[in-house]
Amino acid sequence: LSHGSGGRAMAQLIASIFVKHLDNELLRQGNDQALFNVEAGRMVMSTDSHVITPLFFPGGDIGSLAIHGTVNDVVMSGAKPLYLSAGFILEEGYPLAELEKIVISMAAAAKQAGTAVITGDTKVVERGKGDGVFINTCGIGVVPAGVNISGNRAQAGDAIILSGSIGDHGVAIMSSRENLQFATTIISDSASLHNLVADMLDVTKDIHCLRDPTRGGLATSLNELAAQSAVGMVIEEQKIPIKSAVRAACEILGLDPLYVANEGKLVCICPAEHAASILTTMQQNPLGKNAAIIGKVISDDNHFVQMNTAFGGQRIVDWLAGEQLPRIC
Amino acid sequence: MPGKAIRVRGTVQGVGFRPFIWHLARQCGLKGGVWNDEQGVMIHAWGSSAQLQYFIRQIPLQLPPLANILVLETTELTTRSEHNSFEIIASQQHAFAQTMITADAATCPECLAEINDPHNRRYQYPFTNCTHCGPRLSIIKAIPYDRCNTSMAEFPMCPACQAEYDAPDNRRFHAQANCCSDCGPEIWLEDARLQNISSTDPIIQAALLLQQGQIIAIKGLGGFHLACDANNEMAVTRLRQGKKRYAKPFALMAKNSQQVKEYAQLGNIEQQALTDKQAPIIILAAQGKKQAHSVAPAEDKLGFMLPYTPLHYLLLQHLSSPLVMTSGNLSDEPQCTDNQQARQKLAGLADYFLMHNREIVNRLDDSVLRHLGDKIQVLRRARGFSPEALPLPKGFNKQLQILAMGGELKNSFCLLKDGMAIVSQHIGDLENVAAQQDYRQQIKRYQQLFDFNADIIAVDLHPGYLSTQYGEQLAQEQSISLLRVQHHHAHIAACIAEHGLAIDTPAVLAAVFDGSGMGLKGELWGGEFMLADYVTCQRLGHLQKVPMPGGVQAIREPWRNAYAQLAHNFDYTAISKEFADLDIIRLLETKPLSILATMIENKLNSPLSSSCGRWFDAFAALLGICPEQIAFEGQAAIMLESLAASEFIRQQDNAYDYAIESSHNICVLNFRTLLLAVLQDLQQQRNKAVIAARIHHTLISASVALLLKLSAQTQTNTIVLSGGVFQNKLLLESITQQLQLYGKAVLSPQKYPVNDGGIALGQALIAASIQVI
Ligand SMILES: [Fe+3]
Ligand SMILES: [Mg+2]
Ligand SMILES: [Zn+2]
Ligand SMILES: [Zn+2]
Repeated sequence: LSHGSGGRAMAQLIASIFVKHLDNELLRQGNDQALFNVEAGRMVMSTDSHVITPLFFPGGDIGSLAIHGTVNDVVMSGAKPLYLSAGFILEEGYPLAELEKIVISMAAAAKQAGTAVITGDTKVVERGKGDGVFINTCGIGVVPAGVNISGNRAQAGDAIILSGSIGDHGVAIMSSRENLQFATTIISDSASLHNLVADMLDVTKDIHCLRDPTRGGLATSLNELAAQSAVGMVIEEQKIPIKSAVRAACEILGLDPLYVANEGKLVCICPAEHAASILTTMQQNPLGKNAAIIGKVISDDNHFVQMNTAFGGQRIVDWLAGEQLPRIC
Repeated sequence: MPGKAIRVRGTVQGVGFRPFIWHLARQCGLKGGVWNDEQGVMIHAWGSSAQLQYFIRQIPLQLPPLANILVLETTELTTRSEHNSFEIIASQQHAFAQTMITADAATCPECLAEINDPHNRRYQYPFTNCTHCGPRLSIIKAIPYDRCNTSMAEFPMCPACQAEYDAPDNRRFHAQANCCSDCGPEIWLEDARLQNISSTDPIIQAALLLQQGQIIAIKGLGGFHLACDANNEMAVTRLRQGKKRYAKPFALMAKNSQQVKEYAQLGNIEQQALTDKQAPIIILAAQGKKQAHSVAPAEDKLGFMLPYTPLHYLLLQHLSSPLVMTSGNLSDEPQCTDNQQARQKLAGLADYFLMHNREIVNRLDDSVLRHLGDKIQVLRRARGFSPEALPLPKGFNKQLQILAMGGELKNSFCLLKDGMAIVSQHIGDLENVAAQQDYRQQIKRYQQLFDFNADIIAVDLHPGYLSTQYGEQLAQEQSISLLRVQHHHAHIAACIAEHGLAIDTPAVLAAVFDGSGMGLKGELWGGEFMLADYVTCQRLGHLQKVPMPGGVQAIREPWRNAYAQLAHNFDYTAISKEFADLDIIRLLETKPLSILATMIENKLNSPLSSSCGRWFDAFAALLGICPEQIAFEGQAAIMLESLAASEFIRQQDNAYDYAIESSHNICVLNFRTLLLAVLQDLQQQRNKAVIAARIHHTLISASVALLLKLSAQTQTNTIVLSGGVFQNKLLLESITQQLQLYGKAVLSPQKYPVNDGGIALGQALIAASIQVI
């Protein structure tokens, strides 16, 4: 891959990779924009830029991650995802064969999510000015009537459900990037959660909040929701699913799994009376099989997220402020 | 007849000051009056010059126990007396001075005599108090300090109590918590199923149960205690398991000093502190070993206090052995204060509850003191001390109001107002939910009690401290300017402030040793040599920087620091081969060292730190002291100190080698040779107490040498020693003595904790000084 000089031949080469793998009717229109009809109702739109080292990691790669990340942001509104765009920034010299692998993975992920990349763009930057591949994706979706999911809707008494084990993605990325040899290879949980959310909405449309605890982990998502909704939360340490390999790795690394990123998990806040049936449904979906009710929403002017620890204590699970430097004197 | 107006400021309201003046003035044959106002107390007195002179001289000499005079000014009165006698004049309105909120005080001798006198109407009444003693901060909700603003509000006084309250010559004149068995709070005993146990005397019943090895949650003055017979190993072990606190020593309550002496060495200074009105816990050297082993399994020290409420006195009277009196909580949670909360949280832990119905408004832990040289040092400052104010040294702006948020662990906060620094009671570790809630509530309460509005909020440099985050939030919400103060600078400022160094005092030299605090450029510091005044602080030296692999995990697991020291100073593979037989190397070989090596190399959650706390952890681990994991903060260092104690004096001249290096004009203490020597001594199976003592002497020699060098270089002869590591008495006493031999003036914190409990005071003073300059 070369920058600037390539001209027409290079552009065609790249385009051919995209066309070949991401192929769909709208992309085939060949215009600078994709044209499509929309249903009446409410739409959501979300964008995310994906920057990750390494580009390939156990359980995924930047291509699938770029789809999962944006699809999940769209579906956390309860929406059914419709279409995606993709913008690539490629570093000069990045092997085309690798790029093709990424695009193939993207295509598969998009298809699996029942959506398609219908418009895209590529830029090539000088060597040293990028990190192989950066991908921006944008997604749109349609919110079914009667669904009203928002971060400010948590109410005292609501249940907090987590769809599965935490920390898998962050630890997988770190071990693969830093070449840390743990006893068990830890695999990223990167996945699209559209089916899981659809299943949950089949149980009831009365879900208050959904959020995917990505960067900053579960702790950050819960604090965001508590602040947005002006409520407090109490979670139970012993109810939070964590894989033993992830727990062991976190202990060695000195990381708190509550703050480690996930890419295929969601937090659901719903009225307590629906919690059991939503949970049962989630557990029947492969992406929610380890789902658990981990706590509840309470009223608290301080908007604290507090955790009953396995030890019997109560600790504040606070926002991550700057780097995780030890606070203990 | 000449007259004098006498203005008194200080702790002079609600402590029996006016009756005292009334008595004294009448004794002196004076005419006039005394009254409270918003500045304190005002006295107008007429008499002969000799009478007046005598009167004024006697005031500070005969002061009631809880009163404290900060200012006594006299001016001539030109008017003539309109009084025929000397009277207490009722205050027109409640414009009370801030100094009126005093600390809680142990039962006074007069009250004690009453509860022991079968003919007194307060015989055996557990809530007996007067203006000289009893609850204060623990029961106050709002100002003014009137009964209606305390948890005594729901106990209207009976006629007999009211009469005492109204009589100027009575010890209970305006005693807001005055009560008796007819009108005041009562006690009862519940079992674990929350059934009231009908008993004619719940205290005798409780004593009986304690003797039988039962654990009783006792509601006291500032919170609940969990009590059991200190000599009953089964009971103490059961309490440890229930509390999930496996190693940290339990505090003890003995009936009197005589009983304390059966268990520990009690010097004169310690005895005085023990029997003082603050009634703190005093840390003493254990002797006799009569107590159950589990009371203090890992240490050769015991913490004792004496009864400080009538309830405690009455209970201890019926017991032949001391009681374990540990805070009523699970592990390191703040102690419970509320009946319902105690029933919930202590269920399964306590067999019985000795309850009462006077609400504890402000949680106050027991204060902890120790003897140091010929002085007493406060390690935890709470009941009996807070909210006593410290007058600011010379030169500080008295108009500014400053709120300093304190640290993260052992938090206390500080208000600066009217030239006074008011440091809150020990709040606790802010990550704990109850402590965090208490923190926010107490900040609000103090602001209200002291009619306080912050001009500046001071916080620690560490962005992750919950105190910093709350300070930022308050500053933003109320548009108050925020000042970030470097952690170790705050330690120094707190120390020089309590020693009264004026704002323009030349900079002092300091060694600040602690676990860690945020330094400049995002570094973690903790073994610092600094030159500082209130405004500026310069780092002149530090302990060698060593990685902390796993960050907070390196604080929990001492082996990580041992590994980091070895890997940082040597080729780990080579050194581990050479010393393959050592326990510590064997242990390290079972650890994921290649991952740790990668973490250190890739700077993955392995911050470099000059921490002295981690330095102690590393050496403790080398010697086999809880290398896997510590059970409480500082445990490894505390146990290393205990191990060193027996050999400490003998090894005085046997420090190992060390090096003082210099880079970029900063001196670095390098302990590579020390490490190697310790490994060699371990290999030759030398006595570990000797090694531990020599390790201590190495740090002491290195610190003294570096301080002397810096002292000469900076022409500074005053040296401050502060930071949590100086809770190590061997270290603090030796460095102090050696520096004194060289003619240096050595200051270390006494009234405020040497650990992070003291930094709020420093933060406040630094903020105040910057505004003055
Ligand atoms: Fe500190
Ligand atoms: Mg996003
Ligand atoms: Zn009294
Ligand atoms: Zn009465």
